[in-house]
Amino acid sequence: MISTAQILYVTSFALILIGLYAVVTQRNLIRIVIGLNVSDVGINLLLVTLGFIDGGKVPIFAPGQAAGLMVDPVPQALVLTSIVIGFGVTALMLTLVMRIYAHHGTIDASRLRGLKW
Amino acid sequence: MRKLAGILLIGGLVFYMASLVPALFMPSARTSLDSIGTPIIESSERVSGSANVVTAIVVQYRGLDTLGEVTVLFLSALGVAILASGLRDDVFSSMFAQDDGGFILQAGGRFLFPFIILIGVYIILHGHLSPGGGFPGGVLIATALFILILTGESSHMPHRLLNVLEGIAGLGFIGLGALGFMGTEQSFLTNVLPKGEYMTLFSAGFIPFIYAMVGMKVASELTTVVATLTEAPVNTEAPVNTEAPVNTEAPVHGSTKEKGRP
Repeated sequence: MISTAQILYVTSFALILIGLYAVVTQRNLIRIVIGLNVSDVGINLLLVTLGFIDGGKVPIFAPGQAAGLMVDPVPQALVLTSIVIGFGVTALMLTLVMRIYAHHGTIDASRLRGLKW
Repeated sequence: MRKLAGILLIGGLVFYMASLVPALFMPSARTSLDSIGTPIIESSERVSGSANVVTAIVVQYRGLDTLGEVTVLFLSALGVAILASGLRDDVFSSMFAQDDGGFILQAGGRFLFPFIILIGVYIILHGHLSPGGGFPGGVLIATALFILILTGESSHMPHRLLNVLEGIAGLGFIGLGALGFMGTEQSFLTNVLPKGEYMTLFSAGFIPFIYAMVGMKVASELTTVVATLTEAPVNTEAPVNTEAPVNTEAPVHGSTKEKGRP
């Protein structure tokens, strides 16, 4: 019997794998940034899944509802931070890609020889 | 060969990571919570007065982390602004089309703008009652402004106003945290405001106010980042020509650099 948590784990690892595969094999810098983003989503899903309980509810108390079993709220709060940091890193990466294009006239990673900025 | 090596490398790495998660191979699902989450869920009503436990953690239990988080967001906006300031006009004009989005897109953007702002404000103000809060709400408000940028409705955002709003939000966050020194605990980011009635809009003490500041800060920072990345620098004297810079300036610049290299 496959539990919900197992499906979520497999999905998150698949997302991490797809993202890292794009980072390793792609030459276009924009695609590398997209790959890192896919990987980021997978890591966020993995963190949320680590706090998952079968049959657990959303960690929000609501009026007229019995306080039942809730999923772990701590990873969710951490993933909130992770998403924000992911946005900041993505924005910086895209700006750096624009700088690279302005300086070298290409965003093909294999044509960017030399580390001279 | 390159792809095969990539698959092998990443596959090995992910298999290693998967082996660190024992629950992946366990046939029986987890049915009880045995972490720091349990005491937090139990004490969140008494400590924070927020019905949303995630919000209670983000603002009350680790409020200082959230202050650091918005600082990281600010630093990222600053880095984008610094890095983009050196880009010349021709790079921008070759990357982004200068024409507007057309009538339907513009009218649709104008129609959706107030509703998206309204939903963003709703999500910010109900952060302690329902899923959401300052970060998603701020992103939604920024999305309303992105739509104006993308449809060509508003080509230049008021950067000075956005900077002032962001500064006010940051100072407000720190000021609300400093109110904690007036309370009995006398420490930063503790709640001194009345907690109100549990599970109603006016509850949870300073959490809605902190989240309002966070929402304002996130909205202004995201708008600044996207506007900086899409706008040409303001020192354009002549109207930007859509063809000339693409064909002459940028490739010549790149090719001279290529020649100079061994």
